[in-house]
Amino acid sequence: MGLSNFHDIKKDFPIFSRQINGRDLVYLDSAATTQKPIEVIDSITSYYKNCNSNIHRGIYSISIEATELYENARNTIAKFINANSSREIIFTRNATEAINLVANAWVSANLKEGDSIILTEMEHHSNLVPWQIIAKKLKLKLNFIKIQADGGLILDNLDDLFTDNAKFLSLTHVSNVLGTINPIKDIISKAHAHGITTLVDAAQSVPHMSVDVQNIDSDFFVFSGHKMLGPSGIGVLHAKKDILENMEPFLYGGDMISNVSLREAQWNDVPWKFEAGTPNIVGAIGLGKAVDYLDNLGMSNIHKHEQELYSYAIDRFSDLKEFKIFGFENKDSTGGVISFSYSDFHPHDIASILDGESIAVRAGHHCAQPLMEKLGVPATTRASFYVYNDESDIDKLFDGLQKVRSVLT
Amino acid sequence: MSDDIYKEIILDHYRNPRNKGKLTDSEISAQDNNPVCGDRITIDIKLENNVVSDVKFDGEGCAISQSSASILTDMIMGKTVDELSKFTKDELLEELGTPSLGPARIKCALLSLKVLKIGTYQYLGTELPEDPEN
Ligand SMILES: Cc1ncc(COP(=O)(O)O)c(C=O)c1O
Repeated sequence: MGLSNFHDIKKDFPIFSRQINGRDLVYLDSAATTQKPIEVIDSITSYYKNCNSNIHRGIYSISIEATELYENARNTIAKFINANSSREIIFTRNATEAINLVANAWVSANLKEGDSIILTEMEHHSNLVPWQIIAKKLKLKLNFIKIQADGGLILDNLDDLFTDNAKFLSLTHVSNVLGTINPIKDIISKAHAHGITTLVDAAQSVPHMSVDVQNIDSDFFVFSGHKMLGPSGIGVLHAKKDILENMEPFLYGGDMISNVSLREAQWNDVPWKFEAGTPNIVGAIGLGKAVDYLDNLGMSNIHKHEQELYSYAIDRFSDLKEFKIFGFENKDSTGGVISFSYSDFHPHDIASILDGESIAVRAGHHCAQPLMEKLGVPATTRASFYVYNDESDIDKLFDGLQKVRSVLT
Repeated sequence: MSDDIYKEIILDHYRNPRNKGKLTDSEISAQDNNPVCGDRITIDIKLENNVVSDVKFDGEGCAISQSSASILTDMIMGKTVDELSKFTKDELLEELGTPSLGPARIKCALLSLKVLKIGTYQYLGTELPEDPEN
């Protein structure tokens, strides 16, 4: 299976039938969020049209249907990442909320003054700032796995970082700026040997490659629905069941309880004990549909498609003068992301001029300011691919980049 | 928004910035940056009898932010401190020739004005309003 098998795929995504300034949309910002196939959009309207009701409490038909749709989505997602049980899947708003859940419910209960949390220098702000806050509150230390020039992590001195005080490790599976795939299985197994509990930020991996949480053996694993063809406002925390069972809730209220009296309450079983209040029902259903869609394409085909697009782009762009791709030398990359600099043109100027050609790319620090500092630039321009991109998008980007040069010089 | 924000005057000042550099012993001096894109601008102003007798800007960033700073420094030469404090964003945007920059780029265009306001208010010892460039 190659590029040709994804050829008609844009038809599945209504947004691509829209014209912008008289041109087709060239969407190259899927690392920020992805477009939605008609199946996902239809599942949302269908829910509201046919069985809108609250879940887990109605005795009547439409509530039973809605509950089934919601819980089926949980099963679909559990299978998709090969969780041991769907009870290990907790719905959150997004990856960020899932990280905050772990920081507040697990780390704050299990770490104490003097302990340290290990992170890496390539984290998205959402896997950095929550730890800064918890560290300040509990007087924990933050230590960082360093990154080298090619965008890979420096892993030969892990033993220096995995000291007796190190209790928690949180790291990204795939960099949202460079596309680097970190060898998380190895890192986690070393961390576990030192008794360190682990969290994987899989926001950029689950959408692009097949993952197996049992094989990775992470304790916590988080991702966002909107980056994998699903709706916004729905995310996932996967955690091992025994950890969840021994963990206090994050938010308190309805649905997360089993029994309530005036002065106290008992918690519901996992995962519902972590889903206080009416959840994003339609978000979960939409995400389930998105996973069906991805499954149908096949995650290894998607990975291959992105790698082929990446190679095609590298070939095309080799003709461009003063065009530099960050992390280019690194072989372990999803292929879904190209972060670049182009002459001394500022990323905002590049993105503005490309926008005039209806090409959507990202310019800025991509919520990874410490990584930008490491790369020695205030910002980069980022083009990121997904299932619906093809060679013509890259050709248009190439033409757009030539236009950038002609406008700015 | 499209490339027609790159008017000739913007590109001219981007390629050949006016009044670029630093002034020592300037009466007014201020710096600010746009955290989203890393644009950074410093403005130094020398006053004689409360009138701008020399001005320089320094910085790095996108074409819009840097050309706007260059154009602004041209515009304020010879103005009184009072006129500086009353300088409006419309005056600057009109000169840039791009009244409709769109929300994403307007911050780049107005960064230089913000720096001018910070410096001027500091000099006057008055409190800076919440959005001094507006
Ligand atoms: C690596 C990584 N982690 C976390 C996030 C945060 O995702 P969300 O904003 O959906 O919570 C992102 C989103 O850009 C990301 O790329």
